[in-house]
Amino acid sequence: MNNMLTSVLRLTARSVRGVSVSQRPARWMCSSSSDEEVLKNLGQMVKKDKVVVFMKGTPAQPMCGFSNAVVQILRMHGVDQYTAYNVLDNQELRQGVKTFSNWPTIPQVFFNGEFVGGCDILLQMHQSGDLVEELDKLGIRSALLDTQTPSN
Amino acid sequence: MAITKDHIREKLIAELGAIHVDVEDTSPNRCATSFKVLVVSPQFEGKPLLQRHRMVNTCLATELKEIHAFEQKTLTPEQWEKQKQQ
Repeated sequence: MNNMLTSVLRLTARSVRGVSVSQRPARWMCSSSSDEEVLKNLGQMVKKDKVVVFMKGTPAQPMCGFSNAVVQILRMHGVDQYTAYNVLDNQELRQGVKTFSNWPTIPQVFFNGEFVGGCDILLQMHQSGDLVEELDKLGIRSALLDTQTPSN
Repeated sequence: MAITKDHIREKLIAELGAIHVDVEDTSPNRCATSFKVLVVSPQFEGKPLLQRHRMVNTCLATELKEIHAFEQKTLTPEQWEKQKQQ
């Protein structure tokens, strides 16, 4: 039982580079846990990193085009220190995060524990330049600032 | 019951006062499981992107339970005019 939980946990809370997987007992994993518990745990999960993503698949292997788009946008800005939760590993999480943020679709992106939006919003923030500013507020310097070439 | 493009368009016009709506069925074989919408409404004026998207999500809450993927773009009439000129 313990082994199973550990492996589920490892699969679900996977950090992209160097950030360790949470060792906190994940009680919401148990089938007996209530929806309330899932929501309570989500409150902690979204604050695990400055940038937290709930997605289908993993950053290394996204299982959906929209999740992949989020990963690619973050990569473009040089954001590789973030926590990604794979909702395909956990049905309760998949439903729970939608309730938690009152948002009907996956992927979902959080900055400093605050819901930012899904793929469309991140993409539009990227296109408008707002993403660079929002990352700056988190203390993350976008890699695009260093690679941009004059367009005219 | 399959969700139609017209149904989505009419609902957005009726409930969000949209003056222009484009609905595209983006499902692989047009089986009405994924949609891409452009909504132009004066009600978006002065509202941040997240709030605009939430308005659309709320309007289509019932439909979104059946829809697998949903992309949206939300513009004010002014932004829409600007975009048309580009």
